[in-house]
Parts: sequence; C-alpha cells; structure tokens
Amino acid sequence: MSDFDWGVIVRSWSFLAEGMALSALLVAVATIGGLVIGFGLALMRLSSNRLIASPAAAYVTVMRSLPLVLVLFWFYFLVPLAIGRPIGSLASALIAFVMFEAAFYCEIIRAGINNVRQGQTEAGLATGLRRSQVMRHIVMPQALKAMTPLVLNQIIIVFQDTSLVYVVALHDFLTTASIVAARDGRPTEMYTLVAVVYLIICLSSTKALELYRKGRAG
Amino acid sequence: MNYRWNWSILLQEPYTEWLWSGLQWTVAISLVSWAVALSVGLGVGVVRSLPSGILRVIAGVYIDVFRNIPPLVQLFLWYFVLPEIVPETIGLWIKRDLPYPEFVTAVVAIGLFAGSRVAEQVRAGIEAVGNHLMPAALATGLRPMQAFRLVVVPLGLRAIVGPLTSEFLVTVKLSSLSLTIGVLELTAQSRHIENYTFQGLEAFTVATIGYLVIGLCVTGLMRLIDDRVGGAALRRAGS
Repeated sequence: MSDFDWGVIVRSWSFLAEGMALSALLVAVATIGGLVIGFGLALMRLSSNRLIASPAAAYVTVMRSLPLVLVLFWFYFLVPLAIGRPIGSLASALIAFVMFEAAFYCEIIRAGINNVRQGQTEAGLATGLRRSQVMRHIVMPQALKAMTPLVLNQIIIVFQDTSLVYVVALHDFLTTASIVAARDGRPTEMYTLVAVVYLIICLSSTKALELYRKGRAG
Repeated sequence: MNYRWNWSILLQEPYTEWLWSGLQWTVAISLVSWAVALSVGLGVGVVRSLPSGILRVIAGVYIDVFRNIPPLVQLFLWYFVLPEIVPETIGLWIKRDLPYPEFVTAVVAIGLFAGSRVAEQVRAGIEAVGNHLMPAALATGLRPMQAFRLVVVPLGLRAIVGPLTSEFLVTVKLSSLSLTIGVLELTAQSRHIENYTFQGLEAFTVATIGYLVIGLCVTGLMRLIDDRVGGAALRRAGS
C-alpha cells in the first residue's frame, strides 16, 4: 500500500469539484425536466382516449427497455440533425436524460394517481366538483404523498445514472476522475475515491429516505 | 431534418456481421451476468432474511455497498483497480492470462451489481410471504428453522418470479456498460457503424429493435415460469 499516492486527489481537487458540479447539474435538469414531461406522459396514459394513451404507453415502454448508453448515443446523434446545427454534447446529454428519466417518472406518477381509489373521484364528482377540480383538490394531494418517496428514490438512481455521460465524453465526476487517473497513472487512487464518494452520498441518502418512510408510516 | 436514409448499408459487409456479433455478445453477457446475479442474489437474499447472526449482517453490507455505487464505477474498479491491489502474482495473471478478460470482468461486475438488487427482491419476497405463513407453519409443529426452510423460502421465491423479470431486463440493459472496457456488444457495434458510415440512425434503430426483441423474449419466458409456479396467486395472497 506504500506506493499509493493519495496526494493526487488533493492536487486535482478543483477539477474534480467541477466534475461533481456537472453531475449535480445533470441530476437537477433530469429530475425537473423528467418530472414535468413525466407528468404529461402520465396524464396521457391515464386518458380514456386510446389515440392519446397508446403513443405515451409505447414511448414509455420503449424508453424503459433501452440501455441509457444507447439513448445517449441516439440523442447525441439526433438532436443536431433535428436542429440542423451542431449543439454540443452537454445539451444533447441533458435532453437525453430528461427524455429518458421522464419515462421512469411517468410510471411513478401514474402509479401514484392510480393508488387513489376510484371511489374518491366519483365522490368528488358527486359533490358537484368538475373533473379538473377533483384532480387538483382530491386526487393529486393524495397521489403526491404516495409518490414522494419513490421520486426521491429515483433521484438517487438518476445521480448514479449520470456517471454514464462518460460515453459521450462529458466531464462529470467519474469522467474527470478517469482523466486524472490516466494522466497521472493513478487509477487505483482515483477510482477508489469515486466509489467512496458515490457510496457515501447514495448510501446516506438511501438511509435518510428509509427513516423518512418509516417516520411517515409510524 | 436533413438526413439521407440508406438502409442497404446494414446489408453490406461487414456491417451485418458486426451487428450480429454484437447481438450475440449482448445475449452472452446478459445470460452469464444473470446466472451470477441469480446465484449470488438468492444466497444473499435468503441469508438476509434469517432472524439474526453475523451472516445476516454481512449480507446487509453487501447489499448496501453494491447498490449504492454506480455500476459503471464498479466495472472500473474490477477492471482498473483490482489487478493493482491484489498480490502481484495474481495481478499479473489477471492482466496476462485471464481468458476473455473484458468479458469476464464485465460479467463479474454486472453480475454482482445485479445480484445485490436480486437479493433485495428475494428478501422482500420472503418477508411478504413469511409474515403470513410463518405463524401457520409454526402452528403445524415445525421448528422455526424448518418452517423457514421448508415453507417460507420456497413459497417466497415463487412469489418473486414477476419482480425478477424486471431485474433480468435491468441486467440486459447493464450489459451495454461493457462497451466502456472494450467489449463490442450491440450498442458498441451500432456506434461503430455510425463512426464508419455516418448512417447512425439505421444502426441505432437496429440496436433498439434488438433490445426490444430481447426484452419481449425475456418477458415471455418469465411469464411462462411465473404461470408454472403460480407466482401471481402467491403475490395476491401475500398482499
């Protein structure tokens, strides 16, 4: 163990911090964008009109069957074609993440809404509320409560997913560490650091989430 | 959108060959990783469901550690770090003599990550069934360990065939990570064709269809197994 040089971490600290900032940006954009589009998809899937429901269902099924790596390649390639000019890997990765995670958030939101029993909607309609009012005042408050822990859990998964931008050479936390590892010939130190940092962040978030769940149940 | 479609490119040599070989690698990595994940996950999940003991704690640590490090980072640990930290002779053997080093590394990394997820499903399945059946099994005069071994574990495992389907699909998707250490599986080959021909849309479409077909096959197969063992009925009884 004596020939390990942990000083390499101190020397590359600011570069690594920039990488972590990019990872955080990806998580934030993927979560906010994914929730917004996922909510739209969930409403489409719950529609009684098949012409609206089935395209959303097909989109969600396809996205959930594909590896994120392939989806990143798809958007890396498609977005510049669709816009008609080069756009850079960050923008296309952000779009890919939003569109990919939207499928997962859609399923969480849909399950949350389905979780509220049909009788509640009927009771609401019987009191004279309009459908949108029932949705806003009766169904959504309960659905939100049911889906919050699942959304928080998905954010932890998204954080782990962001490491995959390595394949489009974006400088997230893992990629910056791998650049330092290759430049200074220190893979052991750098990848151990990456693993420990991810482990601390994800494990403490997971445990905090478990406590929050238990606290709410009890 | 300004793109010249040319589907015939996929029928030209060597691109058909590339995609076909990529598909075979994807299937091979998925199946072997899944075998690793199932054996590790079943063992760890059962141990994790034991009422107490040091093994239970170790199983818990394994699940916590492997679920909370991104799979790609785990792959790099196995590939770049492991040969450096083991005794020198073993490290040299891994670097020089290990057959199919990228494939083996990918299978170990993906298998152990997926195994931690399978273990959680196994534990949840045993717990759900056990809550209901343990008292009944004890009432028949079985000792706690007998009830666990003869009733709760076998029925708990049958109940989770459904959830295991999605874990299998996760494993198939994870197989794409192996492209980062140089395995030319389906996603890598489609990217490769894009690099060579600039006909990326065609190549990615084929890869997409490949994953969808694999997904359908896995779902169909697991549904057959689920029907055979009566998993759906058990899940209803457990809830």
